[in-house]
Amino acid sequence: MKHITGLMFFAAILWWILSGYTKPLLISLGIVSVLFTAFLAHRMKVLDDESQPLHLSLALPRFWGYLLWQIVVANIKMVIIIMSPKMNIDPHVLRARVSQQGVLGNAILGNSITLTPGTVTLDIGNGEVEVHAINRESAEDVENGVFDQRIPGRKGVRS
Amino acid sequence: MAVSGMLVLTGKGNKMTVLDILSGILLLAGCSLGVIGAIGLIRFPDFYTRMHAAGVTDTLCAGLFFGGLAIQFGLTLASAKLLLIFLFMLFTCPTSSHALAKAARHGGLEPWTKTGSGAAHNMSQEGAKS
Repeated sequence: MKHITGLMFFAAILWWILSGYTKPLLISLGIVSVLFTAFLAHRMKVLDDESQPLHLSLALPRFWGYLLWQIVVANIKMVIIIMSPKMNIDPHVLRARVSQQGVLGNAILGNSITLTPGTVTLDIGNGEVEVHAINRESAEDVENGVFDQRIPGRKGVRS
Repeated sequence: MAVSGMLVLTGKGNKMTVLDILSGILLLAGCSLGVIGAIGLIRFPDFYTRMHAAGVTDTLCAGLFFGGLAIQFGLTLASAKLLLIFLFMLFTCPTSSHALAKAARHGGLEPWTKTGSGAAHNMSQEGAKS
């Protein structure tokens, strides 16, 4: 029930942001489409903790703030590498242990690693992550699990 | 030139406010990051390292553009739409990057290393010559 309410809430906000209509007729059409979407999602049985991580509503925005900061820092390091005459690169592939148990945690971790320039996730799963890093420094946070510990919902939906 | 361009963009006549200057700085920084990302794309030796350079354009470059344009629009629906586009990019870019990297790995492309000169190294050398 909370998933379907959450979906309807976010779908309604999305509808209004994208359309911006305030006429009663159009708004009622919007309500109908939101209800129909919720009905379809319910019938397809895709409403669960994975598609609607409502239990992370508070933890996720905090993590996003941390992630955005990490992205800015990694970008600055990357710009320095690119613009220096003698590029300080030492590309290598590394493996690190991860504590994520669920698919959601793995997806968030994998995407976050790829999102910070300097590291790209090659493979993730079975408690391990394989990362391609541009130099030793950029891989530090992945290697010593700083990222891994920050991911919200580590014990979420099991794969 | 750049200043007159900014004024056309804001459409507020011939007065430039602090916010206009701030958004101009953000847009210029975004542009430079885009160019730097392209430079990295050319300078880096192989496919995997080039992906890191493209990451700069995907993330901070796009973010600065979003910031600069959101300041121009203020608290309006247009800004909300920009934020949605930015969020969409943050969700899709890593997914596509990961798919590319995994496909390259699956296809047997060996990463370039500082010491060894693998197949990928030779290939990129040939590519640089042609």
